[in-house]
Amino acid sequence: METAPKPGRGAPPKDGEPQAKRKKPRRYWEEEAAPAAAGASPGPPRKKAKTRDPRPPRSKSVRIAKKSRFCQKPQTPKNAPDQKKKPQRTLSGAQDPFPGPAPAPVEEARKFCRIDKSRALPHSKPKTRSRLETAEAQEEEASVRAARAELLLTEEPGFLEGEDGEDTAKILQTDIVEAVDIASAAKHFDLNLRQFGPYRLNYSRTGRHLALGGRRGHVAALDWVTKKLMCEINVMEAVQDIHFLHSEALLAVAQNRWLYIYDNQGIELHCIRRCDRATRLEFLPFHFLLATCSETGFLTYLDVSVGKIVTALNARAGRLSVMAQNPYNAVIHLGHSNGTVSLWSPAVKEPLAKILCHRGAVRAVAVDSTGTYMATSGLDHQLKIFDLRGTFQPLSARTLPQGAGHLAFSQRGLLAAGMGDVVNIWTGQGQASSPSLEQPYLTHRLSGRVHGLQFCPFEDVLGVGHSGGISSMLVPGSAEPNFDGLENNPYRSRKQRQEWEVKALLEKVPAELICLDPRALAEVDVVSLEQQKKERIERLGYDPDAKAAFQPKAKQKGRSSTASLVKRKRKVMDQEHRDKVRQSLEQQQQQQKQETSKPTGARPSALDRFVR
Amino acid sequence: MKKTKAAKGLLALSQQEELVDLPTNYPLSASEDEGDSDGERKHQKLLEAIGSLDGKNRWKLPERSEASLTVSEFNVSSEGSGEKLALSDLLGPVKPSPSLAAVKKQLSRVKSKKTLELPLNKAEVEQIHREVAFSKTSQTLSKWDSVVQKNREAEQLVFPMKKESSSFAPIEHVFSDWKARTPLEQEVFNLLHKNKQPVTDPLLTPVEKASLKAMSLEEAKIRRAELQRARALQSYYEARARRMKKIKSKKYHKIAKKGKAKKAIKDFEQLRKVDPNAALEELEKLEKARMMERMSLKHQNSGKWAKSKAIMAKYDLQARQAMQEQLAKNKELTQKLQVVSESEEEGGADEEEALVPDVVNEVQMNADGPNPWMLRSCNRDAKEVEIQADSEEPPEPVVHEFSENEGNEKPMEEEDVLLREFEERRSIRKQSKLNQNPEPVGGQETKDSTSKEVLSELRALSKKLSKENHLSKKQKESSAKTVLLVQEEEPAPEEEEPLLLQRPQRVQTVEKLEELGKEDSLPNKELPRAAAEGEQMRRSPQYLLKGKKKEQMISLQNLLTSRTPSVTSLAVPTTVEELEDEVEREQKQMIKEAFAGDDVIKEFLKEKREAIQASKPKDVDLTLPGWGEWGGMDLKPSAKKRRRFLIKAPEGPPRKDKNLPNVIISEKRNIHAAAHQVRVLPYPFTHHQQFERTIQNPIGSTWNTQRAFQKLTAPKVVTKAGHIIKPIKAEDVGYRSSSRSDMSVMQNNPKQHSKHQNQLKKSSTD
Repeated sequence: METAPKPGRGAPPKDGEPQAKRKKPRRYWEEEAAPAAAGASPGPPRKKAKTRDPRPPRSKSVRIAKKSRFCQKPQTPKNAPDQKKKPQRTLSGAQDPFPGPAPAPVEEARKFCRIDKSRALPHSKPKTRSRLETAEAQEEEASVRAARAELLLTEEPGFLEGEDGEDTAKILQTDIVEAVDIASAAKHFDLNLRQFGPYRLNYSRTGRHLALGGRRGHVAALDWVTKKLMCEINVMEAVQDIHFLHSEALLAVAQNRWLYIYDNQGIELHCIRRCDRATRLEFLPFHFLLATCSETGFLTYLDVSVGKIVTALNARAGRLSVMAQNPYNAVIHLGHSNGTVSLWSPAVKEPLAKILCHRGAVRAVAVDSTGTYMATSGLDHQLKIFDLRGTFQPLSARTLPQGAGHLAFSQRGLLAAGMGDVVNIWTGQGQASSPSLEQPYLTHRLSGRVHGLQFCPFEDVLGVGHSGGISSMLVPGSAEPNFDGLENNPYRSRKQRQEWEVKALLEKVPAELICLDPRALAEVDVVSLEQQKKERIERLGYDPDAKAAFQPKAKQKGRSSTASLVKRKRKVMDQEHRDKVRQSLEQQQQQQKQETSKPTGARPSALDRFVR
Repeated sequence: MKKTKAAKGLLALSQQEELVDLPTNYPLSASEDEGDSDGERKHQKLLEAIGSLDGKNRWKLPERSEASLTVSEFNVSSEGSGEKLALSDLLGPVKPSPSLAAVKKQLSRVKSKKTLELPLNKAEVEQIHREVAFSKTSQTLSKWDSVVQKNREAEQLVFPMKKESSSFAPIEHVFSDWKARTPLEQEVFNLLHKNKQPVTDPLLTPVEKASLKAMSLEEAKIRRAELQRARALQSYYEARARRMKKIKSKKYHKIAKKGKAKKAIKDFEQLRKVDPNAALEELEKLEKARMMERMSLKHQNSGKWAKSKAIMAKYDLQARQAMQEQLAKNKELTQKLQVVSESEEEGGADEEEALVPDVVNEVQMNADGPNPWMLRSCNRDAKEVEIQADSEEPPEPVVHEFSENEGNEKPMEEEDVLLREFEERRSIRKQSKLNQNPEPVGGQETKDSTSKEVLSELRALSKKLSKENHLSKKQKESSAKTVLLVQEEEPAPEEEEPLLLQRPQRVQTVEKLEELGKEDSLPNKELPRAAAEGEQMRRSPQYLLKGKKKEQMISLQNLLTSRTPSVTSLAVPTTVEELEDEVEREQKQMIKEAFAGDDVIKEFLKEKREAIQASKPKDVDLTLPGWGEWGGMDLKPSAKKRRRFLIKAPEGPPRKDKNLPNVIISEKRNIHAAAHQVRVLPYPFTHHQQFERTIQNPIGSTWNTQRAFQKLTAPKVVTKAGHIIKPIKAEDVGYRSSSRSDMSVMQNNPKQHSKHQNQLKKSSTD
């Protein structure tokens, strides 16, 4: 295997930039003047800090400061603990510089609030109310704690920003490479592999390893950061797709006939014949499911933890070659030749939803990491972004010169589209907003036609597999700068990986829990609840929860005659009925009011009949 | 009746004593009347008659009419005397002899004793016992209610419930080897030791500690008794005060008031002699009260009550009096006090003494100290002076005020002028705005309308173009051409714009404006949906009339056929050298593109219709062919009959994709997932929404910080290994221990207890 330009070869990966962004909190024994000076000066020598820091330094985002035309986004100052007015005096006379409980950022805490308070609850008894109150208090406390823990996310994403209206799309990769530090520059490279045809590629979940599979049988896995090759084989068969399983130790390769699984030494472990003629692979990491779609039109779920096929679903839509997973709810999206995208769960035999997206066939589908947006491109040369939150309506659409053959979302919501030999990247206005297709953020021309696209997790890098090999391009601000060391640790050792594997297996989510709205699992199964209630009523012969029917009291002095009893009963019944009618009437009136109050648009004029 | 008659008889008897015959209708002695008629008998009868006058029907003792064989001592009859046999009667004749003294004593003791009441029957007694026992027990147990409640609601219970002394151990105890080393510390400790300040226990000084220890049990008891006494006295006093307050007698109050006034004057006099300064202070107080009154107008005739009285005063003497009283009070309070130096005062007093005889003064003092009229007459001259002083004083401030007012007025006027100017300017600006407004609005309108028009035009064009496209696409052989075409198409809208600008459309209504605003606010004007709607609205006015529901429905055709702006890409993909298979694929794609058309939409709609049909609940047809009519091969049951026996299925909830034309959402339930869902509501919840809210917050460590996770998953009960968990005791929760022992006693012999209670009750009722 040959690697073309390697700017960072030989030089060990170093910390890209001293991360002296965070101001040290002032201690009470320090002088007032000292921190001010420290704030102005670059700070205390970093050597000490570096030795203290256990994890290896690493540049999370490309920070560009050298060139004047690039400017980094101004750092939003995290709400520093505001000093209280009066520090309490202690016995010793020392003052607590940060008196009171630690401040909790309210807006960030709101992000972690999960109880939907918008829906009104039916009237509840005091006992129930106390339970609800405790639940809310718990939620608040947990959210505040989580918000406080945000402080530990030290890295911040950076972006390219054009100087006074300069188009960032005109900035070439070479410019970026020149501007960034040497470690980041090392992340831009091209693998010149013309021999074995267009390449598919896949990054492992930690973003540390890269697997690539050439059409003509070339399969390789490497630690792309250090450029250390793990294995390289030729399977002597056409390779359709390649995908890492839950860790970098296992590799699934969709070959011409069957699906094969290799380990990181390149040793063939399994040949799964039930997944034949697979075209695309997707791995659902929390369910340990490998989803394959095949030329025969089947979507097969393989549980890699036990090696069993969970289900094989017939999509009844011909050859399947477009697949994406929704990372939010693990639903598989399949693109079909009739312009529809269908959403699948292994628990249901039919698609959960079917969306008509394009007039022509769907060429590529991608779903963003929050599960909010889906990007599709079709043969009608259009690129559309759909809202996946219930409505499945297009938010924006664009016609591309040649249509996009491949789409990929980054962790922070950047959208990359491969059109021929060009890759375009769009950004949104902010976090969790759909990418606006007005202006591309970056464009890059490759040496061959794009065949595979993936953003590298936790690195500002987009990997592109094309007919000329693999190229890794720098896309500032694409990846999540902070990683969860317990979940996806790029620096984990073998032992750590094994520990994580065991934990992940213990926390494996059953396949049948995959559904469109994962929060629905936290709801009561109303249907069976009502069914049970009905059965109980049938069994008992009466409704134990029902309100007892009105029974008139016996009265004396001849007023308790049968006629008067009936009369009284009637009276109560009528009263109830009247109340009901009144309520429904009020509701109707309200509805009418709402309808009338809403603007019905412009009134049609008489001249409208002439409009053609 | 009887009584009156008897009375009449009596009268008759008294009138004529010698009368022999009594009236025949005399009821009481009708039978005896006929027997013998000697004087003794008559006298007896008279006595009887008088006795019967008493009102009550006296119980007549049975007369023995026949002699009995045995005469027992128990049957002693007291006939003749007409009274009960009393003990004294028996004792009377007994001679006071020493031998009989003991008997007499005994008898007298018997006399003093009361008879015992009959005991209640057993069932009743037991019931009472039970009631008392229950009330007592429940009372004792109710002490625990709060504890039980607290423990039930507690998030976590820790057993054994031993309270750890949470007192802070002094630092010396913790670090026994700690010593003051630095000079500062040493100095501090020296200082503390010198002043006998607490070093180890920072709460109490040695003196305090000693005082605490000094108090013995007796002292404490004495102190408690004292406190009790004070409390009792206070309560008595309070009760007395309350009682006195309730007295309504006017006379009493009058006297009390007088007494008070007298006392006050006396006190004041005394004070003046003893402590002139304090007296001055008193005077100042009075002055202050006067000031307050003058300020507050509390006793003027301006209040609600006073007004009502003023209305009544014309007719009601009392009201008039009340009013006058109030006025007098006002005068009294507002009266200027004579603040004079001691010598002057003395002189004044001398003068007064000289002028007025003592008696008069006294009378004045006695009659009404607070009487304003009298006071006024007395201090008239003083008041006049005061008034003069008042009249002299006020003008100055008034003048000042005037001047100030003038001073104020000028700036005020200036301000007014300024304000007016501002207002004018503002109004002018507003007008100008109004004048200007149409322009930008119009501009906007034109803009919006132009954009709209562009879209609609585009739509119209697209339909034409689509046909052309079909042709052109067929002609196309390489993608380069398509690129060209797209590039050609791009500038089209820009070219059209000027044309469209020439005939801008006015938006007539506010609603439309709003709509336009909405459209503006949308991130992408090119949203096919909005555009489609716009077009729809333009095209079919009836569409609007149909209402809101229709508005939500999006035309599928528009959704897909709407033209979207093409991307201006810097790098246009080159499609020059291609491998053979790729060329083939390209061609295939081209063909597909060419033939991709409306049938996609049609197919989708058909599929959706089928899905809707499949998910609809099915009707049940219960018609029996040939039942009640002819049946046969070609005969079908009549429509009427079919209608009658068709059971319509209830309409289910509306489909989720009802208003989404481009989506089919499966209505099938995921039963595998449902197996994992909660299907029974736990106890205190009555609605599933309530329960859902409590489980919405995740408790796993994936979603929470470590601390939060630990807190959320903390066990409800924590027990210490190897410790005996004893039942809760009164001491544990801060009650005194006797409550529990009480209970145990109660349980052991509740009857006894209750008996005692019962007796107590009875005695209290007696």
